[in-house]
Amino acid sequence: MTAEVDTSRRHFLTVTTAVTGAVGAGFAATPFLASWKPSARAQALGAPVEIDISKLDPGAMARVKWRGKAVWVLHRTKEMLDTLPAVVGELRDPESVEPQQPDYAANEFRSIRPEILVVVGNCTHLGCAPIERFDVAPEDLGADWRGGFYCPCHGSKFDLAGRVFRGVPAPLNLAVPPYRFLNENSILIGDDTGVA
Amino acid sequence: MSSTRPDALPDGGKLSALNDWVNARFPLKKMWDEHAAEYYAPKNFNVWYVFGVLSMVVLVIQLLTGLFLTMNYKPSSAEAFASVEYIMRDVEWGWLIRYMHSTGASAFFIVVYLHMFRAMLYGSYRKPRELVWIIGMLIYLALMAEAFFGYLLPWGQMSYWGAQVIVSLFGAIPGIGESLVEWIRGDFYISDITLNRFFALHVIALPLVLLGLVVAHILALHEVGSNNPDGVEIKNTKGPDGKPLDGIPFHPYYTVKDLVAIVIFLIAFASVMFFAPEMGGYFLEHANFEPANALKTPEHIAPVWYFTPFYAILRAVPDKLMGVILMGLAIGLFFLLPWLDRSPVKSIRYRGWIHKLALTLFAICFVGLGYIGVKPAVGIYPLLGRIFSVGYFAFFLLMPFYTRIDKTKPVPDRVTYHD
Repeated sequence: MTAEVDTSRRHFLTVTTAVTGAVGAGFAATPFLASWKPSARAQALGAPVEIDISKLDPGAMARVKWRGKAVWVLHRTKEMLDTLPAVVGELRDPESVEPQQPDYAANEFRSIRPEILVVVGNCTHLGCAPIERFDVAPEDLGADWRGGFYCPCHGSKFDLAGRVFRGVPAPLNLAVPPYRFLNENSILIGDDTGVA
Repeated sequence: MSSTRPDALPDGGKLSALNDWVNARFPLKKMWDEHAAEYYAPKNFNVWYVFGVLSMVVLVIQLLTGLFLTMNYKPSSAEAFASVEYIMRDVEWGWLIRYMHSTGASAFFIVVYLHMFRAMLYGSYRKPRELVWIIGMLIYLALMAEAFFGYLLPWGQMSYWGAQVIVSLFGAIPGIGESLVEWIRGDFYISDITLNRFFALHVIALPLVLLGLVVAHILALHEVGSNNPDGVEIKNTKGPDGKPLDGIPFHPYYTVKDLVAIVIFLIAFASVMFFAPEMGGYFLEHANFEPANALKTPEHIAPVWYFTPFYAILRAVPDKLMGVILMGLAIGLFFLLPWLDRSPVKSIRYRGWIHKLALTLFAICFVGLGYIGVKPAVGIYPLLGRIFSVGYFAFFLLMPFYTRIDKTKPVPDRVTYHD
């Protein structure tokens, strides 16, 4: 053994010790970081919900709470459906290209059945709840307004299929949750097993 | 062993002996001297220099009142709103402690904004005080986080939807956004789980971070020494005793002066607390007197006044990701101030008209954005918001140019007096 210190060996040991320690710290941090994920109870409470639409008249809208969010179920009238092709030119994503809906709702009505719209009632900008504004050409929204949803927080506008207009802060169409018809009159929201 | 200081305790006394006993084991006197009795601060401080001490006073108020609020507050979605009402109505003096805390939150931002503006007036962020400034900005960030987490706790409508909007900001990050938001909330929406963790962050994590940063801020300041309204380095002119000629010991000179400021501040504070604790809906928003409802957004939502300048910038941009980026940048640019400013002088007193104009316009834009942030996004406001946002960013981004071409006046070697 010499009196000289092998500094490169010392450096190597210092670095490997530090790296090993950092990996250990990473492992130790995992339970703390993972504890912030939705717990088993939160996930169980996020289970699918069923809604009966037999009493939902044309033009009426029901709200269902699913995962703490309002899901809107709107029974669109013939007149409402007729507005959809008319506003296409003013929309950001009229063809539903962005993945804001399951494949089975990526059509011109953004729904399984044309007259029944199911969307999550949270603005895609910052999550406020837009207001239903089915009145045509109201004073505050202008003469071109054919009915849709208006977000009071930052002024985003959506049409009667939840498609976002251009020139507003919201970047995306309203999200369509996974859902399926259990029978003629009831919808299961949050579950779409078996829907093509 | 006796002390050599003339003002020390009389020799032989029991207290003096205890003093010596402690100092042989803990650097009590050393710390006192370093940070108070022999910390030399420039003798030309003006009224702008009281806001640092005042923010410490508010910090103490918040820690003390916050501690007592936790004794009656229930951090659960089922009980939170009612427990705040319980504090207001049934707990002895509970209303006072709660109003102290809510007024303290706004007071904190008032004094901190003035403290920051002081630094901008006199170039206190310039070399060698870059770290003092950066640590100060970190305090400001921690304070914003602290205020945000605290605002959810009353579980009113504005608490709820404010949290919803701010947490959703993270959703704008491409790719990981949505899962990040879910991770922050710990649920699929702002729920009991979110409230519980925000409570933990508000009462434990961020107060600790704030205290640590405040200590670092003061240590860094006392290492480089305080700036002053002339922007002159007093350490450059020392007397034969090695003390700065233009410096006076912080204690007793400034401790006594600060006491006057504290008394005046507390009078103003108490006036608000007793006579206008809601401040017309700006300190305590009206919508927050209604319990949180996950299915109904209030007609008009606005953050508390101290966030509105940044909120107005967010709203001015008709694109989610860009809005979030610009809002982050609006805060981030402050960190770069020491390097954006290329002027040969520090203080506004020796700068030319361009910088004075720029700083004035910036102040107008900042206050203007704050005003627009509390207004609904209709009519003239979105346009004004965009104009003020441009002014806000121009102040920072053009700074390297206008500070260089600006005509400056010669800076004296010693501090001057302006009475």
